[in-house]
Amino acid sequence: MSSVALPTTKSQQKNRQRFYERLSFEETFWGWVFALPALLGLLLFKLGPVIASLMLSFTKYDIISAPQWTGWSNYSKLVTDDLWLTSVQVTLRYVGLFVPSALITAYAIALIMSRDVKGIYYYRTIWYLPSIVPAVASATIWRWGLNPEFGPINYPLKVLGLPAPRWLTDPDWIVPSIVFISLWGLGNTVLIFLASIKGVPSTFYEAAEVDGAGLWTRFRHITLPLTSSIIFYQLIVNIIGSFQVFGVAYVLFVRNSSASSAGPDNAALFYVLYMYRNAFSYFRNGYASAMAWMLFVVIMLLTALLFYSQRHWVYYETEGAG
Amino acid sequence: MTLFNRHSIGERLLIHLVLIAGGLLMLVPFFWLVSSSLKAPHEIYTFPPQWIPDPVHWENYTEVFAVVPVLGYAMNTLIVTILGTAGIVLSSSLAAYSFARLRFKGRDWIFGAILATIMLPFAVTMIPTYILFSRLGWIGTFLPLIVPDWFGAPITIFLLRQFFRTIPMELEDAARIDGASRPRIFWSVILPLARPALTVVTVLAVLQHWNDFLGPLIYLKKREMYTLALGLNALQYFEGGLDWTHYVMVMATIMIVPVIIIYFLAQRALVEGIVLTGLKG
Repeated sequence: MSSVALPTTKSQQKNRQRFYERLSFEETFWGWVFALPALLGLLLFKLGPVIASLMLSFTKYDIISAPQWTGWSNYSKLVTDDLWLTSVQVTLRYVGLFVPSALITAYAIALIMSRDVKGIYYYRTIWYLPSIVPAVASATIWRWGLNPEFGPINYPLKVLGLPAPRWLTDPDWIVPSIVFISLWGLGNTVLIFLASIKGVPSTFYEAAEVDGAGLWTRFRHITLPLTSSIIFYQLIVNIIGSFQVFGVAYVLFVRNSSASSAGPDNAALFYVLYMYRNAFSYFRNGYASAMAWMLFVVIMLLTALLFYSQRHWVYYETEGAG
Repeated sequence: MTLFNRHSIGERLLIHLVLIAGGLLMLVPFFWLVSSSLKAPHEIYTFPPQWIPDPVHWENYTEVFAVVPVLGYAMNTLIVTILGTAGIVLSSSLAAYSFARLRFKGRDWIFGAILATIMLPFAVTMIPTYILFSRLGWIGTFLPLIVPDWFGAPITIFLLRQFFRTIPMELEDAARIDGASRPRIFWSVILPLARPALTVVTVLAVLQHWNDFLGPLIYLKKREMYTLALGLNALQYFEGGLDWTHYVMVMATIMIVPVIIIYFLAQRALVEGIVLTGLKG
């Protein structure tokens, strides 16, 4: 291999070109082969269903007989469906309560954990533990944990003579209860915030120290901006997730799949729960698809709005200025 | 230097107090679950709550097997978890290798589209996917819970692609000079080097399958096909006039214990994975 001659003659150049063509063909070929399962997955289980559900939303379809085209009627029915309105209210209440409390709590805990104190590893382990508990088990724990008479949460409240709410039976307390249960599994977000706070380069703080910046100024002008892109991403992920609460609410409030209510006064009739019931108990697949698309459009609009707003408050390091 | 740079002793104490109080709040439900699982039903409903069961009803843990087919549920969950996880890890790592290392036209578009579906609400794809599987006659089988996993999972693809990109190109070039084919390079060079990343995504996939509730709820019909999640849910509403609360607690404990074991064995991998998925922004 000592004498790799540079191609000089025409035929040598042609050979070299052919060699590279074969090389790039080989790369393209295996590139597609390796990506094929994922590409099929994208088409079969993502894009395909998205389009199919849009089409279905304009039909009446019970799977057994052929779908009937009904135009916009599913959508116009939705707006006058009292249960749908209830499910929208319940879900909006949940999103409005959960998202801010989750992000603020998680950030606060992450800030506390970011301080160099002994044993932080153990604290982190413990705080994260609840977030790997299956939703069904978590609902099981809290069904009894939030029991107003015997539960360990109301026990200290009663001992202290504080008002002990009827968590899962009082319609006004149901959404807050589910928020509470979800907050128990907050560890994910805490970990992510913790990593991002710890990832802020110390040089920034050193520079601020030289300028005599106080704790609040350092937090406000260094930590917060440098972690804002993560806060932004978590905000979006949490909004999308909390619009689709299902497991915990189902386990706690749906006795069997044909049950017609979810909690007292339908106070636990979350959007996806109602959608699930329409599709799988009433076989109204067209109607449920219309529900899905309404949700999808709302989530997309909200995400778009947030993306639009981010230039006012989210800082990306690539923008330069350090 | 970090955001906070001086800690007085008082401050330190305060931080520990907050973290300990919070930690207790996190742990109490577990303690209470296990404690209730060792009580007779009437002992669960006492006020004030009895924290340490007295007497300890160990027999709950043997009786439960006579009452509920726990072993069957566990087997079903294992089948779905193992086959699903294998599918996710294999198909996603193939795709991730392609997106990380092989250059071809349209690659970044495909990868971008797959990445974008992370944001896609499951509610939108749920019904058509169900219809697809019902046309195939797969309702009531494990197939709908396993087969989609063999077509890649967006987050897994993303994580593995990030990792594959850090593997030095020279290693791959060396293998190619030795005449190794792409599949061979993937199998003998890339995968062994990616073990840390593979551990992360495997742990995440195992937890996802073990904990899944909606999938089994939609697709499994017969009780002997139930997973632990479905079995636990069904047990809560047993309508036979008997009080089975203690068995419910036993079963919840049985379902959580493997998860906790995995957590402690693979804690670092898990934490890394969570952080990586969350930092992508």
